[in-house]
Amino acid sequence: MGAIIQYISSYLSSDKTPGAAGNMFWALVYIMLVFGGLSVAVIAMNWLERKILAHMQVRLGPMRVGPHGLLQPIADAIKLLLKEDIMPAEADGFVFWMAPLIVVLAAFTVFVVVPFGPTHAITDMNIGILFMLGVSSLSVLGIVMAGWASNSHYPLIGALRSSAQMVSYEVAMGLAVVSAILMTSLNAEGTGTLSMIGIVKAQLAQHEWFIFKFFPLGLVAFFIFAVAMVAETNRAPFDLAEAESELTAGFHTEYSGFRWSLFFLAEYSAMIAVSSIAVTLWLGGWLRPFPNMLSGTPWDQIFSLFPGVTFLFFAAICFYNTVRMPKHPLFRIQTIGLAGFGVVLGLIGLVLFVPAVSVRVQDIFWFSAKVAGFMYLYIWYRGTFPRYRFDQLMQMGWKVLLPMGLGVLILTASVALLQQKIWHP
Amino acid sequence: MTDPNTTLSPLELGSHDKTYLDANELVINMGPQHPATHGVLRVILRLDGEKVLGLECVIGYLHRGVEKIGEHRTYTMFNPYVDRMDYVAAVSNGLGYCETVEKLLNVEAPPRAQHVRVILTELNRIASHQLWLGTHALDIGAITPLFYTFRDREEILKIYEKYCGARLTTHAFRIGGLQYETYTGFEKEVTNFLTFFRPKIDEYEELLTTNRIWVERTKNVGKISAQDCIALGVSGPVLRASGVKWDLRKAQPYANYKNFDFEIPIGQNGDTYDRYLVRMAEMRQSVRIIQQAVDALPEGPIMAKVPKVMKPAAGEVYHSIEAPKGELGYFIVSDGSTQPYRLRVRPPSFANLQALDAMCRGQLVADVIAVIGTLDIVLGEVDR
Repeated sequence: MGAIIQYISSYLSSDKTPGAAGNMFWALVYIMLVFGGLSVAVIAMNWLERKILAHMQVRLGPMRVGPHGLLQPIADAIKLLLKEDIMPAEADGFVFWMAPLIVVLAAFTVFVVVPFGPTHAITDMNIGILFMLGVSSLSVLGIVMAGWASNSHYPLIGALRSSAQMVSYEVAMGLAVVSAILMTSLNAEGTGTLSMIGIVKAQLAQHEWFIFKFFPLGLVAFFIFAVAMVAETNRAPFDLAEAESELTAGFHTEYSGFRWSLFFLAEYSAMIAVSSIAVTLWLGGWLRPFPNMLSGTPWDQIFSLFPGVTFLFFAAICFYNTVRMPKHPLFRIQTIGLAGFGVVLGLIGLVLFVPAVSVRVQDIFWFSAKVAGFMYLYIWYRGTFPRYRFDQLMQMGWKVLLPMGLGVLILTASVALLQQKIWHP
Repeated sequence: MTDPNTTLSPLELGSHDKTYLDANELVINMGPQHPATHGVLRVILRLDGEKVLGLECVIGYLHRGVEKIGEHRTYTMFNPYVDRMDYVAAVSNGLGYCETVEKLLNVEAPPRAQHVRVILTELNRIASHQLWLGTHALDIGAITPLFYTFRDREEILKIYEKYCGARLTTHAFRIGGLQYETYTGFEKEVTNFLTFFRPKIDEYEELLTTNRIWVERTKNVGKISAQDCIALGVSGPVLRASGVKWDLRKAQPYANYKNFDFEIPIGQNGDTYDRYLVRMAEMRQSVRIIQQAVDALPEGPIMAKVPKVMKPAAGEVYHSIEAPKGELGYFIVSDGSTQPYRLRVRPPSFANLQALDAMCRGQLVADVIAVIGTLDIVLGEVDR
C-alpha cells in the first residue's frame, strides 16, 4: 500500500509529463482527463457553433431543449445513438465498419502529445510535432475507406476530393511547420526541437512568440498554416468533401446513427487538434499574453485571476439571462436550470481563485482560450464564405500556398543564419 | 443550336458497369431528391472525373396538368391555378393570365388597378430575386445570405397578406382589375418597405459582390452567348446577362409600364457572375418603379366592366409578360364558351432549363450546381 502511494505521489514533485516520467497511474489519469475534456469540448463546440452561426444569420438557434438550447447536444447524441444503423446492402461491410473507427482513432490519438502546460500533457515525445502531423493525416485513410466501402457515387467523389485536398494541403502545412521548427534552433547551442513542449519552451526562452519572429516571416508561415488547417479538417470554405449542396453529404452520405456521430466527433476533435498545433507553434502554447510588456510578479498575479474571472463572467451571463427569462410558468424549469448552470459555473470560477488551483490551471486556461479563438474563426468562416471549387482549391494549394511556404522557409533559414553568424556571432 | 459540339448525344443509361473497371466515365443521377436541384429536378450527369461531359434533364416530377385543368374551368375559376405554377412569383403569373383574358375579352383594367398591379408585381420580382439569391448563394456554399434575404422577403409577404390575405399563392388580381381596394396605409407601408430595403441590397452585395471566392466561383462559369440564348429560347435575366437588351416591359409594354422610368440592366459575358449582377441591378430598378408607382397612384375605380359570365368571342390570343424569371406567355384559344378550348402556358423556367446542358458542358460538377442556381428555375413552372 505504501509503495503504491509512494508511486503515485512521487510524480507530483517531478517536472515532467507523466508519460515522460514513466508514471502509469498519472498517465491514465491524464488520458481520462484529456479525453473527458475533449468530449466536453466537442459538445460545447456543437452548441456554440449552432448558436453563434444562428446569431450571425439573424435567427436564434436551438432554444427548446433546455434553457437557450443548452441540452440540445445531449438530445442530439441520444437521438444518434438510438437511430437505426443502416448499412447499404452492397457495401463492403468490414471496411464500412472500420472507416469511422480509423477516423476517430486518428483524431483522438494526436492529443497524446498536445501540451496544455509544461507538465500537462500525456507524454512529451521528442518527435511530437511529426507524430501529430503523421497521425492526423491518417484520417484520410478512413475517409477514403468510407467513400469506397459505401459503394455509391457521391461518397466516392467526396472521398476522392477529400484525399486529394488533404494530401496537397499537407505539403504547404509541412513547410510552414518546418519554418517554425527552424526558429526553435535559434539558441546558444543551436539545437532545435520537434517536441511540442520544447517548441513552447523555445518561445519562452526567446521571449517571443513565433508569430512575431522575423516579422513578417512568422506571420506569413502562421497564415499558411491557418489556411491549410481549415482545408485539412474539411471545413468551410474548403468543405468540398462534404459539400452539402453538391454531394449531399460527401463521404459520409451512407452513414447514419452512431457511425455518423463518430465522423462528427472526429471532425470536431480534428479541428481542436490542428488548432492546438497552431497555438503551440506560433502563439506560444500555454504562455500568457504580453509576457514581455507586462512582466513582473504583480502582473503575473493579475493574469492568474483570468481563469476565475472568465468563469464568473459566464456565470454572470447565465444570471442575466435567468432574469430575462419569460415569467410564464412553463419556463420555470428552464429558468431554474439556467440559474443552476450559472451557479455551477460561478462555483468553478470561485475555486479557480484559490491560489494553489489557479497556479496549476493557468497554463491550461491560456492554451484553451487560444484554441477557442481558433474555433470561433472556424465558425466565422463558415458563416461568411462560399465554398471553393475543387480546381480552385488545388490551385490555391499548389500555386499559392506551396510557393509561399517555400519562400518563407528559405527566407527564415537565411535570416536565422545571418542572425547567428553575422549579427550575433 | 447549330454547333455540333453542343448537341447532346443520348446517354446510354442501360450500360451500367457493375465492375467499375471502366472508370473513365461515371454516370451520376442527381435528383430528384437532391438538396441543390431546387425541388424535383432530376439531372443525369455523365462525368469524366469531375468534368461534365454532358447532362440530361428529366422533368415531370411535379406535373399537375395545369393546362388541362384550364380546359375544364371557367376563365374566372382558373385564375387561382396559375399561382401554383411559379409559386415564388405568384403575382406575376396572375398578372399574365388576367391580362391575357382581358385581351381576349377586349377590356382594359382602370389606371388605379394597373398601378396597384405594377406595385405588387414589382414587389414580387424583388421577392423572387431574393429567394433566388439566397438559394443560389446557399448552393455555392455561402449559407448566410439566405437568412438575410428571407428576413427581408418577409416584409413583402406581410404586405401581400395585408392586401389579399395570402402570402404565397396570392390570387391578388381579377380579370378586369382588382377585387380589393388597397388597405389604409398601403402606400405608406410600401414606401417604408422601399426605404428599408434599399440599404439591404447593399448588404447582400457586401457579402458577395467582391467576395473573392464568390467571384471565382461565378466568373466564367456557365457561359452562354447571346446567339445560343436566342436559339434556345432563353429569356429574362439570363438572356440580358448575355448582352441582349430585351425586356418585355420595354419591348412590348404591358400594364402601364410605359409610364415609368427605369433601365434594363444588361451584362456582357453571359456568365454566372453577370447574371448575379443583372438580378441585383433589377432589384434596384424594381425599387425605382415601385417608388414611381406609389407616388403617382391615381384615384378611381379598380374594376373594369366585365361580364359576370365570361364568354369571349371565338379566337385565339397570345400575351406575354416579363416575369421575374423571363418571358411568361399565355396562349388561349376560345371557342366562344365559358371555358378555354385550349390553354397553353409558356413558362420562362422551362425554356431556360434547356440551356443547362449548353452551359455545363466541359465544366465541373460544382458548376452544375451553380448553373442550376443561376438559371433560377421553379419546378412547379417547368412541369406545370
